[in-house]
Amino acid sequence: MTGAEALPLALAIPLLGSVLIALLGRWPNLREAATLATAGGLFLVVLQVLFGLLAGEPAEVELMRFLPGVPLALHSEPLSILFALVASGLWIVTSVYAIGYMRGNNEKHQTRFYVCFAVAIFGAMGVAFAANLLTLFLFYEVLTLSTYPLVTHKGDDNARRGGRVYLGVLLATSIGLLLPAVIWVYSETGTLDFRPGGILEGHMGGIAATALLMLFLFGVGKAAVMPVHRWLPAAMVAPTPVSALLHAVAVVKAGVFTLTKVVLYIFGLDFLREVPYEVVAVYLAGFTLVAGSVVALYQTNIKRMLAYSTISQLSYIVLATMVLTPLAEIGAVVHIVAHAVAKITLFFAAGAIYVASKKTEIHQLDGIGYRMPVTMGAFAIAALSMIGVPPTGGFVSKWYMIAGAFQHDYYFVLAVLALSTALNAGYFLPIVFRAFFRREPEPPARDHGEAPVTMVAALAFTALLTLLVFVFNGPLVTFEQVILEVAP
Amino acid sequence: MIDQHFLALLVVVPLLASPLCLLLPNGRLPWLLATAVAWVVFALAVFGVFRVYGDGPVSYWMGGWQPPWGIEYRLDALNALVVLIVAAIGAVVVPFAGRSVPAEVDGANIAGFYAAFLLALCGLLGIAVTGDVFNLFVFLEISSLASYTLISQGRNRRALVSAYQYLIFGTIGATFLLIGIGLLYAMTGTLNMADLARRLAEVEQTRTVFTGFAFIVVGAAIKLALFPLHLWLPNAYTHAPSVVSAFLAATATKVAVYVLLRFTFTVFGLEFSFGAAPLSLILATLAVAAILVGSVSAVTQNNVKRLLAYSSVAQIGYMVVAIAMVTALGLTAATLHLFNHALMKGALFLALGCVVYRMGGADMDSLRGLGRKMPLTMAAFVVAGLSLIGVPLTAGFISKWYLVLAAIELGWWPIVAVVLVGSLLAAIYIWRVVEVAYFREADDPARSEAPWSLLAPTWLLALANIYFGLDARLPVSLAESAASVMLGGAP
Repeated sequence: MTGAEALPLALAIPLLGSVLIALLGRWPNLREAATLATAGGLFLVVLQVLFGLLAGEPAEVELMRFLPGVPLALHSEPLSILFALVASGLWIVTSVYAIGYMRGNNEKHQTRFYVCFAVAIFGAMGVAFAANLLTLFLFYEVLTLSTYPLVTHKGDDNARRGGRVYLGVLLATSIGLLLPAVIWVYSETGTLDFRPGGILEGHMGGIAATALLMLFLFGVGKAAVMPVHRWLPAAMVAPTPVSALLHAVAVVKAGVFTLTKVVLYIFGLDFLREVPYEVVAVYLAGFTLVAGSVVALYQTNIKRMLAYSTISQLSYIVLATMVLTPLAEIGAVVHIVAHAVAKITLFFAAGAIYVASKKTEIHQLDGIGYRMPVTMGAFAIAALSMIGVPPTGGFVSKWYMIAGAFQHDYYFVLAVLALSTALNAGYFLPIVFRAFFRREPEPPARDHGEAPVTMVAALAFTALLTLLVFVFNGPLVTFEQVILEVAP
Repeated sequence: MIDQHFLALLVVVPLLASPLCLLLPNGRLPWLLATAVAWVVFALAVFGVFRVYGDGPVSYWMGGWQPPWGIEYRLDALNALVVLIVAAIGAVVVPFAGRSVPAEVDGANIAGFYAAFLLALCGLLGIAVTGDVFNLFVFLEISSLASYTLISQGRNRRALVSAYQYLIFGTIGATFLLIGIGLLYAMTGTLNMADLARRLAEVEQTRTVFTGFAFIVVGAAIKLALFPLHLWLPNAYTHAPSVVSAFLAATATKVAVYVLLRFTFTVFGLEFSFGAAPLSLILATLAVAAILVGSVSAVTQNNVKRLLAYSSVAQIGYMVVAIAMVTALGLTAATLHLFNHALMKGALFLALGCVVYRMGGADMDSLRGLGRKMPLTMAAFVVAGLSLIGVPLTAGFISKWYLVLAAIELGWWPIVAVVLVGSLLAAIYIWRVVEVAYFREADDPARSEAPWSLLAPTWLLALANIYFGLDARLPVSLAESAASVMLGGAP
């Protein structure tokens, strides 16, 4: 199978998988087998696309003619492969975890859950492999709409309110800001293709380009740059596997991925440096980065704290992208991976704690490390990655970001990075401390050990991945450097 | 024979079938006849569209009399699209009526109902195909009188008041058109559109022609429910039987938009309509008001039919603002939205018809828990609702794309903002319905899906929204050639 053959399959597999899951709804074991088979098949197909690219055959497939000059088309390039690999690989782990979580919690409507999950992955794959901005926009909206039933899964008033904010913010930004930005680009250039070096050069300039940049920055609501971040804490009403894969990996990474792609392939680094006031984007991301951490510091609910930490971490990526130096771009790309594996571990741990002990608040965690050593050990590793301490993936990305900032002598960026590292330590380390160095209150509210084995296996695996990103960062960085070589 | 006379048959078949309907006994027979007629008409319309795209405009002389003395029927790219919309919606809606009408209309009036329906169909098609302005007025009256009758058939007694209100407004509108046509006739001595266009050029700087123009534009604006002349529309759509709401919402206003286009672009001509009079500015301003007022009113409604009616006021605003741009892209967007809006509103009203059939009403309260009770109906509603919002992969997205593209091309940034704000408001009012249907519990949660004879037409239109969102080549090429006809290029 060549890369070009594998590319449409990467979309077809999760879509057909969702149909299969719906049909098998009455037999839970078969249904779960279908989910796992689909996830595994998808990962293999994405690997095929990767091998095709490594063999020097970048794939480009036109699915259908959509609008004049803008087909529905897919392509493979290093950045998309990376995002697709992360999303599809972690889908397998999350599926294993979700089976334990959904059954351990006796959740209702499990078939709907798995169907929407598969459709969301379909959306994420479409975003990853989109060859032009319109295709990307289409799948971006598929991702928004398919995750709405997942966010409102519980069906109570709280879920409805959360869902309202979720859909409201994401649709308002995408239809109100991103869509006009896309149409504007089309109106100026007559194309929407992602091309190395960008397509805007010579078509636009001055303050109009700044306005376009701002439309993209806020229009991609999934990147959660303040003040369009509100949907992310609201989405925390979803079951934890959803928070873990979608709101720590697929959905939010789709946001920063879109921004990175727009910066590299629509604007182009050289053109963007000429845009007046482009530095505003750096300040906005810097503000979100620090403010997200400060808010996280005051959270008492574990998942809400993780949500604000995600907002802050996403802005690392936006910030690094907007520094516009090659090393910082590498840092941004590596951070997509590093943050994905670490944050999914943290969410998995939060879900495992909930299933085992029904605890959701930080202050309840005293001494829990003795009852759930594997879970909290994994939590500790992931927390170190968030702070950026070796030997974790977070260290690698922070290293490149700082190096990139030095290339431009960007002291604002350096200051923000330093400050936020301190803040991250300020809200993650106390939890680890509580779990391992405090005594459990007497008498224990509920006797429990670790969560079901599938959940523990999943989170141990992702914690291991966090360490592996550190060890094997060399191939990752070399692979992604290609992006910058083709875009000088 | 069909090859020669299909344009006349398009109008004559429903016109002759209508009195036949009256002779039939109440029951299923009138429905069967109406279904057969609607499908024949649809087949003729499809044939006509192919002819126009194959061989160019078709001209037919009624009774063999040569225009400008005789009445000419003429089909070009612009009205072929309108004919296609009217005939297609008719063909989808009549099968739906089979189950829905006996539930909503007095059993003694069934035959009369279908007779009026066929007259409305005949009138709307007549307006679209005729090349003669007085003939256009006649068909306008036929369709209007039939519509008043149809609306008054609603079970709720307020249907009578609504029909009366519509009658007053509609008659004023039609009279305005008639006065305008009379003034034009006085100045030129002809009623044939093409002939009028030629002769008006010689006398166009006279006050009489300006007055006639003003009367015609205002008359058309009343019929197409342009804000602030839309007051008849919400009541009419709310209290009419579901089938009638679906049919009129999808076709009647579209035909009125066509009348406006035909007069401003073909009869008076681009330079006169948009050069001498500040029509572009007036239309754009009113359309913006329509979009905002219509959408905001829709958000506050408690009856879903009424909500959709106000949404129609806003959607008409999109078409009119696109017309006001007077560019190829703008006119493409307007015609495209004409087509797409018929699909989405048709589907939405039919889905509501299913709800009314089962629940007996369309207020928010009777929609509680329908996500469970009537999953297929509500799924169709959601699909059409997404199209109304303009979510990608639905027909509504294509409309919005062209509309925004046309506005950006002209640098009309405030219009871009208004269109997008309108979409967001649409998201709010559609989502209010979705939340009630999916998150509130019904009193009696037992599943009671609508029968397939109601679901099939509903889903046909809902799927058309998705199909034309994926593959928009047909409507886009139709709209582009319609736009070039209006701008005077080769069709």
